[in-house]
Amino acid sequence: MSSATRANSAADAAQTKDGHGHDSVEGEPHGSVRGYVTGFVLSAILTAIPFWLVMGDVIGNARITGFVVMAFAMVQVVVHMIYFLHMDTRSEGGWTVLALIFTATLVVITLVGSLWVMHHLNANMMPMSAEDMKQHMP
Amino acid sequence: MATQADTATSGEEEALRFYETEDHPHAPATLIGFWLYLMSDCLIFAVLFATHAVVGRNYAAGPSPADLFDLKLVALNTAMLLFSSITYGFAMLEMQKDRRAATLLWLGLTGLFGIVFVCLEIYEFAHLIHEGATPQRSAFLSSFFVLVGTHGLHVSLGIVWLAVLMIQVGVRGLEVDNKRRLMCLSMFWHFLDVIWIGVFTFVYLMGTLK
Repeated sequence: MSSATRANSAADAAQTKDGHGHDSVEGEPHGSVRGYVTGFVLSAILTAIPFWLVMGDVIGNARITGFVVMAFAMVQVVVHMIYFLHMDTRSEGGWTVLALIFTATLVVITLVGSLWVMHHLNANMMPMSAEDMKQHMP
Repeated sequence: MATQADTATSGEEEALRFYETEDHPHAPATLIGFWLYLMSDCLIFAVLFATHAVVGRNYAAGPSPADLFDLKLVALNTAMLLFSSITYGFAMLEMQKDRRAATLLWLGLTGLFGIVFVCLEIYEFAHLIHEGATPQRSAFLSSFFVLVGTHGLHVSLGIVWLAVLMIQVGVRGLEVDNKRRLMCLSMFWHFLDVIWIGVFTFVYLMGTLK
């Protein structure tokens, strides 16, 4: 079997798997009712819990609540990526995931870098509030 | 020998790949290109989030998030955007089955949820400004209005895009071009929902925490 024939039969198989004619856009992400409902239910739960934690002040410690809420947000972003945006490593030959990883890297650098630099700048500035004054004065 | 075989196979390949030259061979390129646009849009939001993270606690002796934000309203807003995400998903499923009326119905519902979202946000902004919590009041409020306002502007333009596409689908049906456009808007819409997760978590929930 020559490479061309193999490539063609693979493409044919991909088309048959698509299940619809040539008027569909190729590379189209395929969702299902089940997938969307799963994503929706998961998102609803992952949204409701952080709101409940903050509004009801369930944990009682702002710092821990903050971290928990942030963890829920990260999980929910992944849920949306998988069930709503149909991200997987195979779509577009992996380029969407590669672009996403690159963007995520830049986002982390932007966020962590800004906070890091500005925190140090703040720490070296004159104290602004009375509380800060007390902390910084001998 | 090898070169001969190569040219032979490439010739064969060209002859057999008739289905690719038919309609729109560039459709997949459009989708990856639109994805790259969304990633660049993501960077805009990253910068706005970073700004808010830096100045979000600088109230300039003005109101703090705990004084201003009504978390029930935010929860309602979040629900609207989440509902619109799943209705858009159902629209895409109907589109794949080539059912025009059902697609338009779900798209219409998506648009309605989007409009409610934007209206609630405008109400919230108007309420804040009425209370004197204007963007000029403090660094926290400046960055809050820019970040949430940019997201709201995206959703508003998404609604305009949705309305235009509904007219196009209504007039010309679910043809290849319209399907491709609907898929781009689908990515845009779900992407905005992902950004909103960041907004309600970092700005509203974590802002309200002492």
